[in-house]
Amino acid sequence: MAVDARQIVEIGYGGSERLTMNMGPQHPSAHGVFRAVLTLEGETVVAVDAVIGYLHRCHEKLGETLTYVQYPSIASKTDYVAAMTSELAYVSAVEKLGTFEVPKRAQYLRVIAAELQRVASHCLWLGTWCMDMGGALGGGATVFLYCIRERELILDRFEELTGARLLYGFHQVGGTRYDVPAGWDAKVRETVGVIEQRIDEYEAMLEGNPFFLARARGVGVISRALAEEVGVSGPLIRGSGVSYDIRRAEPYSSYQDFDFRVPVETAGDCYARYRVRMVEFRESIKIVRQALDGLPAGPISSRPGVKSVGQIRVPKGEAYARIEGARGEVGCYLVSDGGPKPYRMKWRGASFSNLAVLPHIIPGHKVADVVAIMGSVDPVFGEVDR
Amino acid sequence: MPLLAWHALMAFIVLNAILGLVAYVTLLERKFAARMQSRIGPYYVGRPHGWLQPIADALKLMLKEDVVPTAADRGVYNLAPIVFLVPCILIYATIPFAPDLGVADLNIGVLFFLAVSSLEIVGLFMGGWGSNNKYALLSAMRAVNQIISYDLPFIFAALVPVLLAGSLQMSTIVAAQQGLWFVAYPVFGQLAFVAFVVATLAAENRVPFDILEAESELVAGFRVEYSGMKFALIQLGEYAHMLGTSFLGALLFLGGWLGPGPAWLGPLWFLLKAVLVFLLVTWVRWSFVRIRVDQILAISWKVLLPASILLLFATGLWVATRGAGA
Repeated sequence: MAVDARQIVEIGYGGSERLTMNMGPQHPSAHGVFRAVLTLEGETVVAVDAVIGYLHRCHEKLGETLTYVQYPSIASKTDYVAAMTSELAYVSAVEKLGTFEVPKRAQYLRVIAAELQRVASHCLWLGTWCMDMGGALGGGATVFLYCIRERELILDRFEELTGARLLYGFHQVGGTRYDVPAGWDAKVRETVGVIEQRIDEYEAMLEGNPFFLARARGVGVISRALAEEVGVSGPLIRGSGVSYDIRRAEPYSSYQDFDFRVPVETAGDCYARYRVRMVEFRESIKIVRQALDGLPAGPISSRPGVKSVGQIRVPKGEAYARIEGARGEVGCYLVSDGGPKPYRMKWRGASFSNLAVLPHIIPGHKVADVVAIMGSVDPVFGEVDR
Repeated sequence: MPLLAWHALMAFIVLNAILGLVAYVTLLERKFAARMQSRIGPYYVGRPHGWLQPIADALKLMLKEDVVPTAADRGVYNLAPIVFLVPCILIYATIPFAPDLGVADLNIGVLFFLAVSSLEIVGLFMGGWGSNNKYALLSAMRAVNQIISYDLPFIFAALVPVLLAGSLQMSTIVAAQQGLWFVAYPVFGQLAFVAFVVATLAAENRVPFDILEAESELVAGFRVEYSGMKFALIQLGEYAHMLGTSFLGALLFLGGWLGPGPAWLGPLWFLLKAVLVFLLVTWVRWSFVRIRVDQILAISWKVLLPASILLLFATGLWVATRGAGA
C-alpha cells in the first residue's frame, strides 16, 4: 500500500472558502512545538501539513563531539519524558560496537529502570491526552493531576536511585552507574502497588464515561496496512493489530527472562491505543516485580565506576541498537573510526516516525479530534527534532 | 418617583452584591476543584485558604495592559465585553431573593430571565468576530450553534415548574413549592431538573459542553485576544451568568428561599441552594472530558430537545387534568 504524503479529503462542503489555520508551534496542545497547518472546511479538517523542526538542537552533531563516556547523560535529552530509554539505546549501541560485557545485575537494573520509566511516561501521556480532550479547565485536568501525582512517586524512586528526577545519567557503557540504595526495593514495590491500584481508578473513571468513549472510539483509525507502510511502532502499531514489541521480537538486556504479555488491539483507533497503554502499565509493573525478585548479586558494571574518566576505545565499525521505548522503537546508529568519540551518530526517534502517520489519519476529522489524535500518538518533541 | 428611587437603590445593591458574590464564587470553584484534584488551591494570598485571591485577581486584571490586535475591528471588539456583560447582569433584575426583596418581581419574571440570558450570544459573537482571529472566529461559530441548540431545551425544562405553579412570576413559583419542592415533584420534577442541569451546562459553556472556550483546541476561543479589564468583564459576565442560572435553578426546583427557621433566613437558604446548584455544575465540569461539536448538536437535537418537549407536553396534560399548583 502506497500512501501520499499529503491527503485532501473531499467532504462535499457547500461553502466557497477554505480556512487555513495554524495550530502551533505555540499552542496549548502542541505537546511541545508541533505546528500543524490545518485546512478547514467549516469545522472539518480536509488536509493537514505537519511542520517540525522547532526544537532542533543538532543533537546528532553534538554526539560526534562527545566521548562515549560523556554522551549517555546527554542522550536522555532526546526523549526527556522517558530519559532512561534513550540512554539505554545509546549505551547498547556502544556495547555492540565494542565488546563490552554487561553483568547480569546491571541488565536487571536496566530493566527495572526502563519499565518504571515506561510507567512514568504512560502516566504523563494519559494525563496530557485527557487534558487535550477535556481541557485544562475541566475533567481532563483532573485526570492530569492524578497522573502527575503517580508519576511523582516514580520520580521520587529515580531520585533515590540516581539523584536526578528528569534526566538521569543512570546508564554507562558496560553497565549502570548506580546500584540500588538500601531499602529501595521495598519502596519500589510499594510504589508500583499504589500505581496498580490507581490505574484501576483511572479505568473506572474513563471507561465508564460515555463522553470519553464518544471522543476516543472510532477516532483516528490507523489501519494495519497504513501502520506498516508508515512505520509506526510501539503502542500505535500494537493498537492497529500488529503484535510487535522489540522486547519480545529481539530481546535485549535479559528481557527473555521475564514473563509478560504484549497487548494487541485491532481497532486502530484512539481507544485501542489507550487500551494498549493501559495494559502496558500493568505488564511493566509485572516485569518490575519479577526483576526485583530475581535481582542477581554481583557487579553493576564491567567497567570502573562513575568517577572514572578513562576513555572507551572501540574498534572501527558500525552498530545499530534498538530498544522498546515508551513510545516505540528507539534506535541509535553509531559509526566508529576507532577514536574515543563516534564518527557519526543517528537517532531513530519513535515519536518522529509515529508523527508521520498524522497527515494520513487527521483529514476528515473535526478540529477537536486533531488534538485527541495528536495526544493518542504521544509525541515528545525532544525526540522528534533532536 | 419614590418607587423609581427604590428600584434604583435595589438595583445598585443587587449589582454590587452580585459582583462581590461572583468574585468569591470563583474562589469557591477553585477550592472545590482543587479538592477534587487532590490539591489545595489558592492559599497564599490571604492566608489561610486564599481569602484575598479574588481581589488580587481583580486588581491584577485591572492593572494589566489592554492589548488590541492591529487588525481587529476596533468598534466591535471594544463593545463586545460590555454587550456580553450587560445581559449576564440583567438577569438578576427579576430574581427575588426573598418575598419582596429584589429589583423587580415581574409577572413574567421567568420569561424575562430566559429571554435576556440568551442575549449573551450577541456579545460573544461580536467578540469572536471583532478579534479577527481564526480561533476566535471558530469559537464564535460554535457558540451560535451551541447556544441556539441548547436554549430551547433550557427553556422547555424551565417551563415545567412554571406549568406546575401556573405562573411566570418567580415569587408565585416559590410560593407554590411551599408543600413540595418541584425537584421532589414525582417524575416531572426530577426529569425536568436533570434536563435543566444538562441544558445549564451547555448554556453556561461548561465542560463537557465548553467547546467555545476549548482551550486545548481553540486556545481560549472567542476571548483569546482579550486582556486586562476587557477580559475581566467577559470572565465576570460568564460567572455572573452561571450564578444567575444557579439562582434560577434553586428558585424553580429547590424552593427558593423556603427553609426551616425564621423568615429572615430566607435569602441565606436561597444563596445556599444556588451555591449547591453551582457546585453540582462544577462537579460535572471537573469530572468529564469535553465532547465534540457534532456530538453536542446531536445530543441537543436528537435527545434533549425531543425529550424536553415531551416532558413539557406531559406536564401540561397532567396539570390540565389535575389543576395547577397541586
